[in-house]
Amino acid sequence: MRATPATDEGATANPSRRTFLKAGAAIGGGLLLEVSLPLRAFGVAEAAPAVLNAYVRIATDGTVTIVSKNPEIGQGIKTMLPMLVAEELDVEWASVRTEQALSDPAIYGRQFAGGSRATPLHWEPLRRVGAAARQMLIAAAAADWGVAPAECDTLPGVVRHAGSGRSAPYGSLAARAAALPAPDPASVPLKDPARFRIIGVSQPGVDSPLVVTGQPLFGIDVELPGMLHAVFVKCPVFGGRVRRANLEVVRAQPGVTHAFVVEGGEAFDGLASGVAIVARSHWAARKARLRLDVDWDEGAAAAQSSEGFAREAARLARRAPAIVIARDGDVESALSGAKRVVEAAYSYPFIAHATLEPQNCTARVEGARAEIWAPTQNPDSGRKIVARTLGLAEADIKIHMMRCGGGFGRRLMNDYMVEACWIARVAGAPVKLVWEREDDLRHDFYRPAGYHFFRAGLSDAGRLVAFRDHFVSFGADGKFASSAALSATEFPARFVPNLELGASLLPLGVPTGPLRAPGSNALAFAFQSFLDELAHAAGHDPVAFRLALLGPSRVYAGTQTPAGSTPDFDSGRMAAVLTEVAARAGYGRRTLPPRSGLGVAFYFSHLGYFAEVVEVAVGPTGEVRVAKVWVVGDVGSQIINPSGAENQVQGAVIDGLSAALGQTITLERGRVRESNFHDYPLLRIDRAPPVDVHFLRTDHPPTGLGEPALPPVVPALCNAIFAATGRRVRRLPVDPAELAAGA
Amino acid sequence: MQYTILVNGDRRRVEADADTPLLWVLRDDLGLKGTKYGCGIGACGACTVHVDGVATRACTLPVARLGARAVTTIEGIGNNPLGRAVQQAWLATDVVQCGYCQAGQIMAAVALLASVPQPNDADIDRAMAGNLCRCATYPRIRAAIKRAAGLPVADTRYGS
Repeated sequence: MRATPATDEGATANPSRRTFLKAGAAIGGGLLLEVSLPLRAFGVAEAAPAVLNAYVRIATDGTVTIVSKNPEIGQGIKTMLPMLVAEELDVEWASVRTEQALSDPAIYGRQFAGGSRATPLHWEPLRRVGAAARQMLIAAAAADWGVAPAECDTLPGVVRHAGSGRSAPYGSLAARAAALPAPDPASVPLKDPARFRIIGVSQPGVDSPLVVTGQPLFGIDVELPGMLHAVFVKCPVFGGRVRRANLEVVRAQPGVTHAFVVEGGEAFDGLASGVAIVARSHWAARKARLRLDVDWDEGAAAAQSSEGFAREAARLARRAPAIVIARDGDVESALSGAKRVVEAAYSYPFIAHATLEPQNCTARVEGARAEIWAPTQNPDSGRKIVARTLGLAEADIKIHMMRCGGGFGRRLMNDYMVEACWIARVAGAPVKLVWEREDDLRHDFYRPAGYHFFRAGLSDAGRLVAFRDHFVSFGADGKFASSAALSATEFPARFVPNLELGASLLPLGVPTGPLRAPGSNALAFAFQSFLDELAHAAGHDPVAFRLALLGPSRVYAGTQTPAGSTPDFDSGRMAAVLTEVAARAGYGRRTLPPRSGLGVAFYFSHLGYFAEVVEVAVGPTGEVRVAKVWVVGDVGSQIINPSGAENQVQGAVIDGLSAALGQTITLERGRVRESNFHDYPLLRIDRAPPVDVHFLRTDHPPTGLGEPALPPVVPALCNAIFAATGRRVRRLPVDPAELAAGA
Repeated sequence: MQYTILVNGDRRRVEADADTPLLWVLRDDLGLKGTKYGCGIGACGACTVHVDGVATRACTLPVARLGARAVTTIEGIGNNPLGRAVQQAWLATDVVQCGYCQAGQIMAAVALLASVPQPNDADIDRAMAGNLCRCATYPRIRAAIKRAAGLPVADTRYGS
């Protein structure tokens, strides 16, 4: 990939004013990206810090600015990515300020927050960016001193030549270094990890001082001159369309400047049909909304309901699966020859993301250009949708990635971005669109519900010899809806001689999408709970049963199919975290009071190996108190920012408990019943347990932490409830009424 | 209607409908964006401010009902030593993930410590249960409150 240099005649006329930006490794593609852009293209004045590459600027006073390319959603990326650069650049972390990049794929490649991908994608390339900049500083110093660069070394922020005792701070070298050719990042040496001074040391969030003093940082805080405020009212039934609306009444409300119908299209992640109300203040727009009366054409989804799906799933379960996902051995004969057959049906509901900052976007559309300030996890896809919908060129759309008040996958979709742009264009003024909480819960891309019908056989010795899942999920034409799939490598696939994973699909008129640990957050519950049932049926200890199933340490190769790929799975790494967490929690070695219990589960997702133990106490009325959670994870050789890592893991665990203990999105007549936090509860501090986090360091490249700690906590919780009460939770969320003493 | 309200020690004049929640007056009329909108029904605590020192949900308090009472927001809480101590404890504990709820959390924590300088875990649960954190930084919120109070930060609920 080679970006075309921007033309700037003034810069070429005066070479001294010309500083080149040489991007290091193009992240994502693994290609060398050489961009030469005049500094002025970035609006940087002459006396400004020297630009060593697309990520690093150094001022004469030694202040280092490091750009963070990806959106910050609370995962700590704006701290972590610059740490990688700073380590190899060899500077004091205290001298670094970090800066959020604009969305600019030509310079930064893909910029997104999703799939716990940032660590594996950037671990090496961004260290090389820092190392390349360090080489340029060394080269500048060596040229000054007339010595060979190889004789020079660095201390944090300083190049020195041991032979002559000379040294020079980076700030004094940066301007000359910036004029030198950038080395090939692939050729620059990297530090021995034993010498890391920044990586592996807890660094607090770089924006936290602004957060705790209430400075404007988030998308919802954006304010533009002449800005108007919008609300956008969509049909409560997904896919419904406006027939007519009392726009005259709405327009007559105080403060209202515009009210209009948006035709919209069909795609859930695009512009939907609805009514836009624009006013001089958010409150005025919201009050006017109370007077809005819309006649909706509700469309086909109005016939859909959660209850109907469950009924239909039970009906489909009696038939053979429509899709065969995996088939090993002969399940039928293995079941008939088994000593014991266990059968169970598991299900989980739709759930919402509920980012605490509701969806919002501020946009200015003038002629053929749009400028957008959005809390987004995925600006590139937003740009494409805006370009397509408004008929703009992608190059004419500038996107500021604002700090997101939570993401969890919701802001991988940019429906609110295209809404704001459309409304701003019609209104002819900059517009801030803010969704109300009710809009947010009722127009999400939900974690899909799912229904698993398991049958498994145990041998005389209590070994698992046959396993079958008929998964009733959502989709059409043999293709799963977003985040509703089951892969051929779902554990225990490949660990049981006779196994069949099959699926049948229900048509769905409701948007679904990735929610933190998509797929895994639900599948872990079903599979690891049923495995627990099997351990108990076999009369084996649940940890020992799982270790026996994992067998000897071995790498099971991943798969590449047109539908997607799955990574390699190392059974030894999983056995190790499971063994360690059992030891740390005292699993099987402690006597607990009545109606208290420990549950265990493991899960591999997003390249992370996690095993967790939950301790619960169940009250007489069935109220579940999670007393403590133990987590052991293996995400490779290095925990880049230990404080951030622990925070992510604790958050993921409590997030999983929060969903399992109380959350349901209920569909009735094609619309969502829940509307706000009174009926869609998040776990509160009084029910949030202490979470003990421990990492095993293994000789593997580091991988991400936003997601993989979440999936195992849900089955570990349910398995603990079984240990405490003898009741098996087979349907989420946990229903205390079913757990009451004597129920 | 025109109202003169006392915010962070300053008298501020605003033109707003009587039913406008204080939240939107702060954010959109006074440019104080630190107080956040999360639910609009007083269920999440993101909009917590102090009204005469009492932790109050600004999203459900109409500006007309404020009267002469003094409002303190996250932008002003650092002027008070306890407020500054809590902000410092939040930083020292590295509490923040996304940060959206944290202004409300800090305001609730300052109100707690003003009335209970040495809170135990039950006090913290009672005072803080109205403030949601979607990122679930609860273990660190608990620790930061104790740190601000000069207490050992361990969670004493387990095993007690």
